[in-house]
Amino acid sequence: MTELPARTERKLGLVIDLDTCVGCHACVVACKGWNTQAYGAPLSDQDPYGADPSGTFLNRVHSYEITPADGAPQLVHFPKSCLHCEEAPCVTVCPTGASYKRSEDGIVLVNEDACIGCGLCAWACPYGAREMDQAEGVMKKCTLCVDRIYNENLAPEDREPACVRTCPAGARHFGDLGDPESDVSKLVAERGGIDLMPEQGTKPVNKYLPPRPRDRLEAAPPAALEPVADAPGGFLGWLDRALDRLPGGQD
Amino acid sequence: MHPAPSLIAFTTLSGAGFGLLFFLGLGIPGVTGWTAFAFFAIAYALAGGGLLSSTLHLGHPERASLAFTQWRTSWLSREAWAAVATLVVMGIYGAGLVFFEARIVPLGWIGAAGALGTVFTTSMIYAQMRTVPRWHTALTPALFLAFALVGGALLAGEARLASFLMLGLAGLQIAWLITGDRRFGEGGTDMGTATGLGGAVRAFEPPHTGPNYLLREMVFVVGRRHAGRLRVIAVLLMALLPASVLLLPLGHAGAGVAVLSHLAGAAVSRWLFFAEAEHVVGLYYGAR
Amino acid sequence: MTHRQPPLDLSPPVSDEVRKTTCYMCACRCGIDVHMKEGRVAYIEGNRDHPVNRGVLCAKGSAGIMQHNAPSRLRAPLRRVGPRGSGEFEEITWEEALETAAGWMKPLRETAPEKLAFFTGRDQSQSLTSFWAQQFGTPNYAAHGGFCSVNMAAAGIYTMGGAFWEFGQPDWAHTKLFMIFGVAEDHDSNPIKMGIGEIKARGARVIGVNPIRTGYNAVADDWVGITPGTDGLFILALVHELLRAGRIDLDYLARWTNAPVLVNGDAASPEHGLFLRDDEGRPLVIDRRTGKPAAFDAPGVRPDLAGTWRKAGVTHRTVMHLIAERYLDPAHAPEAVAGRCGVPAERIRAIAAELARVAFEESFEVAQEWTDFRGETHETVTARPVSFHAMRGISAHSNGFQTARALHLLQILLGTVERPGGFRFKPPYPKPPEAHPRPHARCAPEAPLAGPHLGFPLGPEDLCLDEAGDPARIDKAFTWENPLSAHGMMHMVISNAHAGDPYRIDTLFLYMANMAWNSSMNTRGVVEMLTDTDEAGDYVIPRIIYSDAYASEMVAYADLVLPDTTYLERHDCISLLDRPISEADAAADAIRWPVVTPDRDVCGFQSVLLDLGARLGLPGFVTDDGAPKYADYADYIVNHERRPGVGPLAGWRTGKHGPSHGRGAPNAAQLENYIANGGFFLAEVPEGARYMKPWNRAYQDWAVSMGFYDAPQPYLFQLYAEPLRRFQLAAEGHGERQPPEHLRERIKATLDPLPAWYPPFSDGHADPEEYPVHALTQRPMAMYHSWGSQNAWLRQIHGVNPLYMHPDLMRRHGLEEGDWARLASPHGEITVPVAAMAALNPNTVWTWNAIGKRKGAWALDREAPEATRGFLLNHLIHELLPERGDGLRWSNSDPVTGQAAWFDLRVRIEKSKPPEEALPVFDALASPVPAPPAELKWKI
Ligand SMILES: Nc1nc2c(c(=O)[nH]1)N[C@H]1C(S)=C(S)[C@@H](COP(=O)(O)OP(=O)(O)OC[C@H]3O[C@@H](n4cnc5c(=O)[nH]c(N)nc54)[C@H](O)[C@@H]3O)O[C@H]1N2
Ligand SMILES: Nc1nc2c(c(=O)[nH]1)N[C@H]1C(S)=C(S)[C@@H](COP(=O)(O)OP(=O)(O)OC[C@H]3O[C@@H](n4cnc5c(=O)[nH]c(N)nc54)[C@H](O)[C@@H]3O)O[C@H]1N2
Ligand code: SF4
Ligand code: SF4
Ligand code: SF4
Ligand code: SF4
Ligand code: SF4
Ligand SMILES: [Mo]
Repeated sequence: MTELPARTERKLGLVIDLDTCVGCHACVVACKGWNTQAYGAPLSDQDPYGADPSGTFLNRVHSYEITPADGAPQLVHFPKSCLHCEEAPCVTVCPTGASYKRSEDGIVLVNEDACIGCGLCAWACPYGAREMDQAEGVMKKCTLCVDRIYNENLAPEDREPACVRTCPAGARHFGDLGDPESDVSKLVAERGGIDLMPEQGTKPVNKYLPPRPRDRLEAAPPAALEPVADAPGGFLGWLDRALDRLPGGQD
Repeated sequence: MHPAPSLIAFTTLSGAGFGLLFFLGLGIPGVTGWTAFAFFAIAYALAGGGLLSSTLHLGHPERASLAFTQWRTSWLSREAWAAVATLVVMGIYGAGLVFFEARIVPLGWIGAAGALGTVFTTSMIYAQMRTVPRWHTALTPALFLAFALVGGALLAGEARLASFLMLGLAGLQIAWLITGDRRFGEGGTDMGTATGLGGAVRAFEPPHTGPNYLLREMVFVVGRRHAGRLRVIAVLLMALLPASVLLLPLGHAGAGVAVLSHLAGAAVSRWLFFAEAEHVVGLYYGAR
Repeated sequence: MTHRQPPLDLSPPVSDEVRKTTCYMCACRCGIDVHMKEGRVAYIEGNRDHPVNRGVLCAKGSAGIMQHNAPSRLRAPLRRVGPRGSGEFEEITWEEALETAAGWMKPLRETAPEKLAFFTGRDQSQSLTSFWAQQFGTPNYAAHGGFCSVNMAAAGIYTMGGAFWEFGQPDWAHTKLFMIFGVAEDHDSNPIKMGIGEIKARGARVIGVNPIRTGYNAVADDWVGITPGTDGLFILALVHELLRAGRIDLDYLARWTNAPVLVNGDAASPEHGLFLRDDEGRPLVIDRRTGKPAAFDAPGVRPDLAGTWRKAGVTHRTVMHLIAERYLDPAHAPEAVAGRCGVPAERIRAIAAELARVAFEESFEVAQEWTDFRGETHETVTARPVSFHAMRGISAHSNGFQTARALHLLQILLGTVERPGGFRFKPPYPKPPEAHPRPHARCAPEAPLAGPHLGFPLGPEDLCLDEAGDPARIDKAFTWENPLSAHGMMHMVISNAHAGDPYRIDTLFLYMANMAWNSSMNTRGVVEMLTDTDEAGDYVIPRIIYSDAYASEMVAYADLVLPDTTYLERHDCISLLDRPISEADAAADAIRWPVVTPDRDVCGFQSVLLDLGARLGLPGFVTDDGAPKYADYADYIVNHERRPGVGPLAGWRTGKHGPSHGRGAPNAAQLENYIANGGFFLAEVPEGARYMKPWNRAYQDWAVSMGFYDAPQPYLFQLYAEPLRRFQLAAEGHGERQPPEHLRERIKATLDPLPAWYPPFSDGHADPEEYPVHALTQRPMAMYHSWGSQNAWLRQIHGVNPLYMHPDLMRRHGLEEGDWARLASPHGEITVPVAAMAALNPNTVWTWNAIGKRKGAWALDREAPEATRGFLLNHLIHELLPERGDGLRWSNSDPVTGQAAWFDLRVRIEKSKPPEEALPVFDALASPVPAPPAELKWKI
């Protein structure tokens, strides 16, 4: 099973907009909330009220500081979950076949009943997208909410990943990146979406939209603020003339 | 990478065990009867014991048999096959020697090849990891095989051969360490490719202030100077010291010291093998 | 053999049932779908139909399930058995608890009602709590607004009849440039994120003004890393540039603001600075058609911005004159303020130019026929697609009121308010100060207060002073020290009660406010005041009753604890009488209802309050024969009427013929109607009433029909605020109510009727040389004050809070990432871990708010990182400013409103060797709840 499908009918994945992500962690917790009570074993937390709390999360939001050569330093919030790679090394290393990529839509999943918890797939993933659940001893990862996106018990508009549905800033988009006509593909084209760690050869399906250029308002265009007056007196003179020019003014 | 004791024990011991099986398969030393039994017992204890200890770090050892299913793509699965096959073949071969004083030569050769094959598959589990540039090199299998041969030769009592091989091993180890220091850079994965962000990129806040599996498993920090000292110790213990001991006429005592020294050195080397290996995921956590 | 994959159920059942209620992980009040399995809460997601969040949910909201099941939940009423602050309690029955409380309160009501002080924190039922206090008859009631953001609210009301958040919002659908001042998160958590996402998706741009570049400021296209406390200067420099270039909306100013109103210019006159009014008291303008004075609202009048008028030897000039005079002064030029603000003059000019360009060049017309209050009908509304938002970065300074006024001046000069693409009010706002009540404080035994406690004074006559001219309220709200303290001053209650100044109280009754920890300045001091005893050995504050739902720090300081339910276990009412959830295009209110029944002996606080009211026989809480009037809060929500036909909920009332909305008789099935509708009610603002609300007849009439007020009340935006001038006049010696001498100069300087800037008071007290660095806190988006830390999921995200410093500042102090630093203010000292941040004003340090916890609180392990490495800045902030040699301790708050000046804090920094734990360390509290589990595997 850990052979990758020759090709997948669709390439479902996420597009994450680094220009709008405000780093609110809503997607992190919505993911935890949905997935702890859905696919497979719960996402456990160890020492949850103690000195060293630590738990399984399938989606985490990093933040990075950029110091450009010129201009003000910037902060970028950076959500990261499984990128559902086309050449997923986490699948081929798996000795049991528990880790696999779906041929229908390219979603990479772990069949927990077959997982021996060897951890090799987490080693093979460059992105840190897999976490071994400490209570269950099986590998956990983003399921792309496979139990939501086709779920007939959900209203059609709710058949999208929990993190996408909840993102207040609309910084997460879900769709078929294999179809150039899909909204997500167009968005990626328009905004110059990129792959993470392309040199790793994993061919991620998820794409990241880079932040738009920042801090362009450095100086006023000439003549933008031509003075009508420097002294109150002059201003009042101008005011009178200007008022006359208003609809219903004197002339 | 986190230097898990179970993995260190497994790779060093089973390596030496399969190394001994390799020599036994070639009929070195040409023992039979109870002497042969003793040699095979040691080899199986090390190889099998190592394999067993490797299952200790599994979340679900009871499902271990499933690990045989994916030999097409998974080096771990291949290792399972190779190990079991080798142990079976060498079992029959060994039984011949012990009980019938009979040496089935082709079976021995097959077993010897299997033994090295097993070590090779083990090494490939690490060498295949693009995410760990220090491991991702042909030198890694070479190193593992060299360890196996040295360990095997020592256990087989081939003092001269062993000390000769040990010099090669020392060379390989040093080459592996030195080239290893450059490999992360050569891999081309950095903050830029990890985040796709231009300019000087620095990790600001971690996603969670608490620890997580990834950090525990893949982000292990070892001080440069500490590592440097351990490197010297490793090379001394695993090769130079035992080699020189063997040159002295100390008989069995000497051999014993040499074996222990080598295994200790191998363990230190293996600890460094994990501890010094940086996983690219560390970049996301500002751990580089 | 090739690729194979296991069978997979793609349509697992999601839940047995969905119950729609209102989130209360913060005050934003989003709608939630609570998924139930086997009668238990399995999963919470956003309600797609809800006006506030339209389906999205923030981190806190999604973590509600961990809050609802937190081990820190109180389980039964508690009576203190150990000394105050020990945390030692015994569980008692509700009957005992309520009898004890009533037994303490009854004698007070019979003799001296003011001896009961009732103050509420994160309260969302102020229309009930204030009504209760009013009926009890104590003047000492307020919610927490005084230490929160009253500057923002008051400045908005006095200037234009509403402020940001609950009062109004940017017109996200049309705005092209959004400028946000001093916001990390705000109450409007999801809507602001949704708005920013929406406008960025269409390529509109965001300018963030904030010393710290996180969150909204991180996604802002342009970031202004301003020096704390100087926004007023920055904004008035923008105003200077816009005036100089004549880039202002003259027509808008002339028609809809008091810019054309005539002001008395005779320095000698007791009327100096007041408006020229006609006999009916209507402010006068010069009518351009006649050149003669006319009432501002006279039909067809064309107010003249440039007009002047001499009457009885006194020259009257328009507010516009005064504005030009004031802000064209070179003192307001970009060059003059750049250094102090830390913003280059060129940048200030660039921003002014951009605001003007978008406001005037990118303007467009929106078809909406409407008739203004002067009777003129307009075919369209002109868009000014520049919008502003601001919050505590502006308001939590001692110059915050005037700075907020300056911001309103800016948006009004640009003509954006109530215009498409600008700032829009949410019903029941706009509502000018005149439409709000005045404060009431006269109290007598056994008698209700004559009116509500809180309101908007229009002059000295409205202050809450007794015959002797002393403060009538324990918090000294509505006194000369802070005349417009419209939300009260909760942060002064404990220290005043402890000092017996203005008088002693008997029972301090607190609700939902962690006053013994993160919501107090000078935390250690407050804790000592709460436990201080007199010579007789009795507590100086004799009795403390507190309602909390969780094992907070404050619980340990109560004598009697009334355990509340979680937000999923009770009825609540988010009312148009109080703080509704309206949108610009719709009035809306909402409920919470028990989607699960408590598994503990706890009770919704509002029901408790109703029971107490009945036991005390308060009018309005008992029937004529003295029986309890309401069975519980649900009963009250449905049947209480504040005015005939106007109750807590506007939806599904009973009209003459069938159901009616807004006004109408109570409807027994009202709550069922709400639940069926997803927990909320929404009434769309009619077409034609959606913009220009203060002057739009259609809107005014609709507001009356909805019961927001009883008659149309159009008004002008008050660029010049006459009520402030009245206080100045008093300070100048006019009128019989006179301020104490030591306050005269300050009142003259700070109650300026035109927006002004003065340095934060701390600058004058804490020597800027000795304490050169500004220290701030920010709300983490994934935490709510103190109560987020009991949440197993959220505390993994924010379990500790380093002090963030600019790399240069670190270098100057020899600090490296992970080192510890000692922070000293004139008031105190803390020692904390530091971390580097470059996207930060170089002279500012900051940390996340309220992460630090007291050992033993919140059912957390005593070694929890929140208690060992987490910390509060509160230890450095005092409710009073340090001595200045005048023998006085001035209060650390805004002189106009009394708003706590959290962000005036200045500190000195030194490297410190790492201590065992962040300092100061408090000793541990005994936990009133059982130990928490060692592992969570959450699945139902
Ligand atoms: N340094 C610094 N300090 C600050 C601020 C700052 O910016 N910097 N901000 C200030 C501001 S604006 C505010 S508003 C305050 C906020 O501070 P607080 O008003 O103290 O708010 P919280 O700490 O969130 O919670 C108050 C209490 O409400 C309790 N509670 C939670 N849910 C319920 C419930 O359902 N029922 C009942 N009865 N109780 C409940 C909690 O357990 C907690 O004890 O902090 C102030 N303190
Ligand atoms: N997630 C979450 N949401 C909350 C709360 C919470 O605890 N958690 N608390 C709620 C409450 S009670 C309130 S009052 C609101 C407060 O909402 P906010 O006003 O967003 O509260 P703060 O986090 O205090 O943010 C103050 C911001 O002003 C900036 N600032 C400080 N001084 C200055 C200055 O002089 N000029 C400028 N331009 N900026 C300055 C700070 O850097 C910070 O970004 O949030 C509410 N919403
Ligand atoms: S929810 Fe959206 S905005 Fe918030 S962190 Fe996730 S992606 Fe960013
Ligand atoms: S992101 Fe990691 S886990 Fe996901 S498919 Fe790619 S390699 Fe596998
Ligand atoms: S941990 Fe589970 S899924 Fe991952 S490689 Fe091992 S068996 Fe496969
Ligand atoms: S797609 Fe589903 S599983 Fe993946 S991160 Fe989003 S919520 Fe989590
Ligand atoms: S913003 Fe978050 S916490 Fe606040 S009400 Fe909305 S969902 Fe709940
Ligand atoms: Mo607040």
